[in-house]
Amino acid sequence: MSKYILICVLIMAVFTYLPRMLPLTFFRKEITSPFIRSLLYYVPYAVLSALTFPSIFYATGNIYSAIGGCLVGIYFAYYDKGLIFVASAAMFTSLMIGLIS
Amino acid sequence: MNEFICGCKKGTPIALGYFPVAFSFGVLVASSGLPLGLATLISLTNLTSSGQFAGISLILANASYLEIAATLLMINARYFLMSLSLSQKIDKKMNTLQRMIISFGITDETFSVASIQQETLTFRFMLGFILLPIVGWTSGTLVGETLMNFLPTVLQSAMGIALYGMFLAIIIPASGKSRAILEVVVISAAMSMLFYYVPLFDGISSGLKLILATLIGAVYGALHHPIMEVNAYE
Repeated sequence: MSKYILICVLIMAVFTYLPRMLPLTFFRKEITSPFIRSLLYYVPYAVLSALTFPSIFYATGNIYSAIGGCLVGIYFAYYDKGLIFVASAAMFTSLMIGLIS
Repeated sequence: MNEFICGCKKGTPIALGYFPVAFSFGVLVASSGLPLGLATLISLTNLTSSGQFAGISLILANASYLEIAATLLMINARYFLMSLSLSQKIDKKMNTLQRMIISFGITDETFSVASIQQETLTFRFMLGFILLPIVGWTSGTLVGETLMNFLPTVLQSAMGIALYGMFLAIIIPASGKSRAILEVVVISAAMSMLFYYVPLFDGISSGLKLILATLIGAVYGALHHPIMEVNAYE
């Protein structure tokens, strides 16, 4: 592997690790601002939602199988069937639609 | 030890969801003519998806070190927010070294699952929790890289939806229980789709789009449905 590639990988690793490590390691105070606390409470849901839509429609390279998997996923998620079950059901649906289309 | 095992259990679905995505990363790197082993090395040291895909395309374009650093920093800026959020939730007794170790495992998925845990996040729990996602991510890449055509294409593509299925399993039940979360989820999804489909936003990097869509939803939630309890995290 060339020196250039190895240095690139090192840079990638450092600039991925730093933003993860710095706040968690060095910020020890308790945040008291209700606004910031509320903001941080909503961030996980907001980020997952933004990650999922619209990317989920292109996750299988076939829009029909992706939408089918998405709908089945939403259905089982609504009934709180758990992470693995929902993910497997979505995958199975996409596979079936992918096979017939 | 129990906390460690409990962490491992919580990390298992994430590891399973990672495998197919990491697999396709391995396939991509190996099929673009880069040296064998590179993809696995990147997955082991980076543990992130968008940053790795971006990094590989930059390496293929012979980008400068500065360009790589700047792009990665922009894509990964969201981790800063997640890390800050987790700093409020982890066991206060954790020392600097322990914090430095577990922060390596912060990803979009581990962060979200860790955030919704009822208990305090202890070092042992977090260690078990990040272990399998790291293994799943790295081994998925290794398998993808070495056995490029191991799986039939149709199965490979269907696996792509697994990760999003997991996301749905987190946001949908929470939205059903809380009107505020539902509004945040809908707004962030709408903003994300707006940034994706409207050509006006084409110049913005995908990492920045994600930060904006996240912040708009979360700021709306914080303004309209502030969390009143003193210890919203406990």
